[in-house]
Amino acid sequence: MRGTVVSWLLAAPLALVLAVFLVVPLVVLVAVSFYDYDSFRLIPDFVFTNYIEVFGSPVTWRTYAKTFWFAGITWAITLMLGFWIAYYLAFVVEGTGRRTLLFLLCTIPFWTSNLIRMIAWVPFLGRNGLLNQALLGAGVIDQPLEFLLFSDFAVVLAFVHLYTLFMVVPIFNTMMRIDRQLIEAAVDAGADFWRVLRHVIIPLCKPGIAIGSIFVIVLVMGDFVTVRLMSGGQSASVGLMISNQISLLQYPAAAANAVVLLAVVLLMVAAILRAIDIRKEL
Amino acid sequence: MNDVELVAVTKRYGGAVAVDAIDLAIPTASYTCLLGPSGCGKTSTLRMIAGHESVSDGDILLAGRNVTLLPPASRGTAMMFQSYALFPHLSARDNVAFGLRMRGTPKAERLAKADQFLDLVQLGALADRLPAQLSGGQQQRVALARALITGPRVLLLDEPLSALDPFLRAKMREELKRLQRELGISFIHVTHSQEEAMALADLAVVMDHGRIVQAAPPREVFERPTSAFVARFIGGHNVLPRGERAVAVRTDRCRLDAGTEGPRLEGRVRALEYLGSTVRVVVATPDGTEAEALLPDSAFASSTVTLGDAATLAWNAADEHALAA
Repeated sequence: MRGTVVSWLLAAPLALVLAVFLVVPLVVLVAVSFYDYDSFRLIPDFVFTNYIEVFGSPVTWRTYAKTFWFAGITWAITLMLGFWIAYYLAFVVEGTGRRTLLFLLCTIPFWTSNLIRMIAWVPFLGRNGLLNQALLGAGVIDQPLEFLLFSDFAVVLAFVHLYTLFMVVPIFNTMMRIDRQLIEAAVDAGADFWRVLRHVIIPLCKPGIAIGSIFVIVLVMGDFVTVRLMSGGQSASVGLMISNQISLLQYPAAAANAVVLLAVVLLMVAAILRAIDIRKEL
Repeated sequence: MNDVELVAVTKRYGGAVAVDAIDLAIPTASYTCLLGPSGCGKTSTLRMIAGHESVSDGDILLAGRNVTLLPPASRGTAMMFQSYALFPHLSARDNVAFGLRMRGTPKAERLAKADQFLDLVQLGALADRLPAQLSGGQQQRVALARALITGPRVLLLDEPLSALDPFLRAKMREELKRLQRELGISFIHVTHSQEEAMALADLAVVMDHGRIVQAAPPREVFERPTSAFVARFIGGHNVLPRGERAVAVRTDRCRLDAGTEGPRLEGRVRALEYLGSTVRVVVATPDGTEAEALLPDSAFASSTVTLGDAATLAWNAADEHALAA
């Protein structure tokens, strides 16, 4: 009996923090999403108009499509990059010291803020930026490339730059736990490089791939800064749409949008967790 | 024809020589144990035969074919790893079928064959379990079935019994020998236990510092060790100085007896160990030489020796075996 009380007391602080900083805001968000509003104020009410607007507007569907597109492309690229970087660190690099050093090197970009790392692309990619001038100077092109900055290309580039490490770390962790004798055993049984990858390494990396995918997808789905900055306002995302509604003081509309986005992202995460059991990683 | 032949096989890691130009012929369908202390080069030798370690110099022949540069799977060998190396995400059946899958055998056929090999190691009932759901001994049987399924001519075993408890070890030992006889292939088994080598091997290969110091049937190694190192490593011998050279005398040929003529060692009893059917008596001379006698328990019971007593260790001159320097 005493043990039970102690257990509850030990769990209480975290429960309290989660209640105050997660549950309460969510409840408020859901409540506000049913409010009515006009140009100046929130009107406490219980109306479905906000949701009807969200689902009724073709803009919502287009924006969601665009956001999924960003998330999908970013996911695919970060997965490829992340997997091979992790593979290199885990299986090619020899020696713990060198491995740690190279791993730390990967994290250096994270010593500056997201915003600075994004803005750093502007002078490089711009119409008169370094890349265009270099290409012009080398005679590869005779017109500056327009698609480099303030475009979907720039948005995806920034996402990949910002989030690849979130893929590298969990995959690297799972790879480091793979017993090297398993690879020898597979080679002994006649597997070549690709079949070792397919039958041994990838199946055993699945939890890491799932965790990395959740990170990347959740971050991209909720993003609004990167899309606004790197597309120069020419592209939209769900996050950006919500942010715009907030700046117009349309809180109930923003709340309804946020609730829908939350549900969509949770469904995506649930789908990943259903496909891959990540429990052995936690 | 020999199943395996090593010709001046050498392994160097940087400047260090792990295996030093060894020659060895392993007869067809035999059980060979590579025996020696850790770091003697036995595991490197095994891994070179398997193809998991490159050969710095020399040639490896399998059934007369030079396989020195071939990848592991095209040599006709299979390896059983020390930690078993079972694929944790695959069932016992899929683990066993893995080698056939890599060879492109159709699914139904390879699963049927996997079941057959699981039956061979008496694990047919647990085919659907994951490795984590099997005991250490069961995992080892799965590993054995997995190595055997591709029909290797030579099975390489890296300290296969070291992770098992003593009871299971003795059982598994019998089973390895039975399988080797029934399948009629060669087993090469790395171990640091002379007891294991004696029990299993047709050919015991004792290694030290990257060289083979003696390769012979266990009985010959035990009765006529070629060097003081072999005599000490194989156990059951007293190594005693005799002028420039040394001689080995089996401890079970020594007795506590001051009366008879012949070679002897006088000192005090330093240790007494009751081992059931035998008793081990260690006698130390004042100058620090130690020797021991392994007495049948009845012989010990009729004597009155206790710890610290003066005692004389005696043996027949004919039981002395001269060792190389």
